[in-house]
Amino acid sequence: MQRRNFLGLFLGSVTALLLAPVRALANVWNTRAFEATKFSNAALVLGIENETPSQDIDFIVPERAENGAIVQVEITSRIPNTESIAIFVTHNPTMLVGHFAFGSGALPRLVTRIKMAETSDVKIVVKSGNQYFTTTKNVVVFANGCG
Amino acid sequence: MSNIKMRARLIGDTTEVKAIISHPMETGRKKGNDGQPIPAHFIQLVTARLNDQIVLEMQLGTGISKNPYLTFYLDNARLNDKISIKWLDNLGTSGEGEIQVTAG
Repeated sequence: MQRRNFLGLFLGSVTALLLAPVRALANVWNTRAFEATKFSNAALVLGIENETPSQDIDFIVPERAENGAIVQVEITSRIPNTESIAIFVTHNPTMLVGHFAFGSGALPRLVTRIKMAETSDVKIVVKSGNQYFTTTKNVVVFANGCG
Repeated sequence: MSNIKMRARLIGDTTEVKAIISHPMETGRKKGNDGQPIPAHFIQLVTARLNDQIVLEMQLGTGISKNPYLTFYLDNARLNDKISIKWLDNLGTSGEGEIQVTAG
């Protein structure tokens, strides 16, 4: 009986999540995306496909980082209707660093600081509607920042 | 532990919000002085609100630096509006901070 109640509750929550409007923000940590060790796996979980290189993403990051523990990144999307920005470090043990979803009133722009285990590409993916756009920069890292 | 330093400045039509959250952001891959692994301890979710409306939802991984730093920008905030940030980490600890928009 208790188990049945629990199952019912669980299925109810899942249904509620599936029925939530697409634009609604629902902050749930995406375990499978964050634990993915390959970009293709994280992309699959996040629904990223056919990401197109874009010059409308301004991405500022140092070319060389003395210390991989703190690498500042600044990202501004000039793509209309930008819904989210995801940051990937392709040579980190887990690639997805952060996923930022913008609600009404927020500009598609952010600054944060990331860890880099070694010299790597840093890949930005912007979601707009059903389309994905990307830009990549390589950062040379002199000291491992992942520990 | 749940300490957030925040600043929100209205510059022209845009409000620049800066926040630093004090948090170890342990990856779980590092070893302590005793040779034992330090368990993963990192912020997973951060939600920013303007007054009571959600403006930004962030999911963070272990690749965000210790004491997460964030700047974001709002185009519909006014002087004295309230901006608040709440975070939740993988151990269930949470914290929050709030600040009013000031003139840049």
